[in-house]
Amino acid sequence: MSQIETFKYDNKIVKYFAIATVLWSVVGMLVGLIIAIQLYVPALNLGIPYVTFSRLRPLHTNAVIFAFVGNGIFMGIYYSLQRLLKARMFSDFLSKLHFWSWQLIIVCAAITLPLGLTTSKEYAELEWPIDILITLVWVVFAINLFGTIVKRREKHLYVAIWFYIATIVTVAVLHIVNSIELPVTFFKSYSAYAGVQDALVQWWYGHNAVAFFLTTPYLGLMYYFMPKAANRPIYSYRLSIIHFWALIFIYIWAGPHHLLYSALPDWAQSLGTVFSVMLIAPSWGGMINGLLTLRGAWDKLREDVVLKFMVVAITAYGMSTFEGPMLSLKNVNALAHFTDWIIAHVHIGALGWNGFLTFGVLYWLIPRLWNTTLYSKKLANFHFWIGFLGIVVYASSMYWSALVQTLMWKQFTPAGLLQYPNFLETVLQIVPMYIIRSVGGVLYLTGVLVMVYNLINTAKQGNFVADEEAQAPPMVKAPIKYSKGLGHRWIESRPLQFTILAAVAILIGGIVEMIPTFLVKTNIPTIASVKPYTPLELQGRDLYIREGCLGCHSQMIRPFRSEVERYGEYSKAGEYVYDHPFLWGSKRTGPDLMREGKKYPNVWHYYHMNDPRLMSPGSIMPPFPWLEKNVLDISTTEKKISVLRNLGVPYPAGFEAIANIELKKQADTIALDLSNAGVVVDSDKEIIAMIAYLQRLGTDIKAKKK
Amino acid sequence: MSVIAVLILFSIMVAGGFLGAFMWAVKSGQYDDKFTPSIRMLFDDKEQSVLKENKNTTLE
Repeated sequence: MSQIETFKYDNKIVKYFAIATVLWSVVGMLVGLIIAIQLYVPALNLGIPYVTFSRLRPLHTNAVIFAFVGNGIFMGIYYSLQRLLKARMFSDFLSKLHFWSWQLIIVCAAITLPLGLTTSKEYAELEWPIDILITLVWVVFAINLFGTIVKRREKHLYVAIWFYIATIVTVAVLHIVNSIELPVTFFKSYSAYAGVQDALVQWWYGHNAVAFFLTTPYLGLMYYFMPKAANRPIYSYRLSIIHFWALIFIYIWAGPHHLLYSALPDWAQSLGTVFSVMLIAPSWGGMINGLLTLRGAWDKLREDVVLKFMVVAITAYGMSTFEGPMLSLKNVNALAHFTDWIIAHVHIGALGWNGFLTFGVLYWLIPRLWNTTLYSKKLANFHFWIGFLGIVVYASSMYWSALVQTLMWKQFTPAGLLQYPNFLETVLQIVPMYIIRSVGGVLYLTGVLVMVYNLINTAKQGNFVADEEAQAPPMVKAPIKYSKGLGHRWIESRPLQFTILAAVAILIGGIVEMIPTFLVKTNIPTIASVKPYTPLELQGRDLYIREGCLGCHSQMIRPFRSEVERYGEYSKAGEYVYDHPFLWGSKRTGPDLMREGKKYPNVWHYYHMNDPRLMSPGSIMPPFPWLEKNVLDISTTEKKISVLRNLGVPYPAGFEAIANIELKKQADTIALDLSNAGVVVDSDKEIIAMIAYLQRLGTDIKAKKK
Repeated sequence: MSVIAVLILFSIMVAGGFLGAFMWAVKSGQYDDKFTPSIRMLFDDKEQSVLKENKNTTLE
């Protein structure tokens, strides 16, 4: 029998990530609360661009997903991986590098997003230099994790580790494919994909970000911390294996359910629906496995606050993974898409599943790391109940708001006209729900603050153990069977196979580089009248991206009578061929803007951007008065034109040279039109470009009026 | 729409990778024992005595 080895677990890195998790949870949720209140008090942005709803919304989503949940993932993985593998992390240096560079990314996000530096692709808003940084950090994490697996003392890889591996591999692929973009400046890039293509790639990413960032790593944590907290083995280890493999093979195909009834081809939509419905089985397998771990010991739930959090988390997981497939059915999606239903759905996931599981893990972990007991069980129970109440208030107000609004959108009078032709009317109806929602947010955040107090005091009363001693025998090496396996010795003795594998690896690299070129061909317009944006419209479009307009306004009219009646001719794939990136949006807090062009005079837009309530009394849109004051930066026009040409937009050769002249010409026309209407504004202001873009929207095809 | 070919390609690559991992896991005996791993992971905390608390649970 081999010698027992003594080694030490690195608890310090777990502590770092735990502190970051707690810190960013408060920040992320606080930003969420601020923007929730801005939805009924738009003036709360105080006229400051950096704290306006549209710029803070991506900050909220990124902070919660990548800062709060991200650090929560790393906290849980760094703790459980070492113990499951009976080994210290591969490299303390890499652990620290991982930690600090991840926080650096978060700080970069917190600075750039309010500044309006965004790609506009949801949950992938960060600009290209940060994208590269993310990739590098992910590689560091991967080396550290796989390195630990290699030097493990426990041969068997517990199911949680498989979930961690799936997370690392898949997130890397998703991030790289979706972030292929061509830089214009250090802070600006254009997506390599256009229109429908971009939408498809984005939601392939977006859906799988939910799957492999918010779900699989947390399932791994569930499989570790739930049995630990209950002090009982998982209900069925066999089920956990089936759960894992079924989940990862099905999840990756479900993305198109985000684009139902859009300009995406029908067969791709159906593919997404079919796989989404199939997902119920493995998801519920996981939920059942987690919950039934408490079989015969449900009485523990009365006493143990950690288990309370975890059981609600797993139940929330079950609810949202049932709701998800239901929302993927086209008839349900027709009602729910673009409404607050989706907001409710993601918050059941974020507040219930991710939030509560993280809190459960924290309440279990912090006393152990500091070698003490929880400071106050009473406060933890208070946190549980107020947090639970917060979720219920939040979700029910959003479901209510969604149903009211979507039914109002679709309601016709007996005469066949829209019952509520004014979009604003449907918004005013749900403003009370927005108020209630923010109350839910306050409750939830209060609970988190109580937790912070509780955890700080827990740490204070204990003594932190930085290096925890453990003992285990070294791993027994199995007899080498390289003839069957895929080990390195196998490859070394087979030059032909090695060449093939190397070729595959290189091919993958080549494909990644060639994608943009391939796609250029398919960007050739299928509608002859669809033309590239003029330089001024292009600059205006980038302002639209900077201000985050797509957070509330879609540019996708679905082929429903109610939508065609309200907004105009439904959207065609061919209309988006020059849209780098696509701006379809995913939520209609305001009306769709696909056919906004030429609906109102220029001066209407001028007043409306300055103060929306002047033109639409009661509107909840934030004012954008700085557009009228800022001078448009036209130094980038030439570079933008040539980058877009490289991506396949057919600007004529040499157009760069005259682009700014064209831009000024068009700007002067708009300024003249405004002054005729009694508004004097210089033609070099940003508002002019914004008006130019808005007036262009959807005007390329002339639909026959009824 | 041609980009769907790219996505399917990458998805198949990822899925293929996982298929390989699955076959490795089965072949290398990762799933030969579907019971003790779930018990073993409970044992690494010094202060806990799993057996004492779960008297009724029969361990193989």
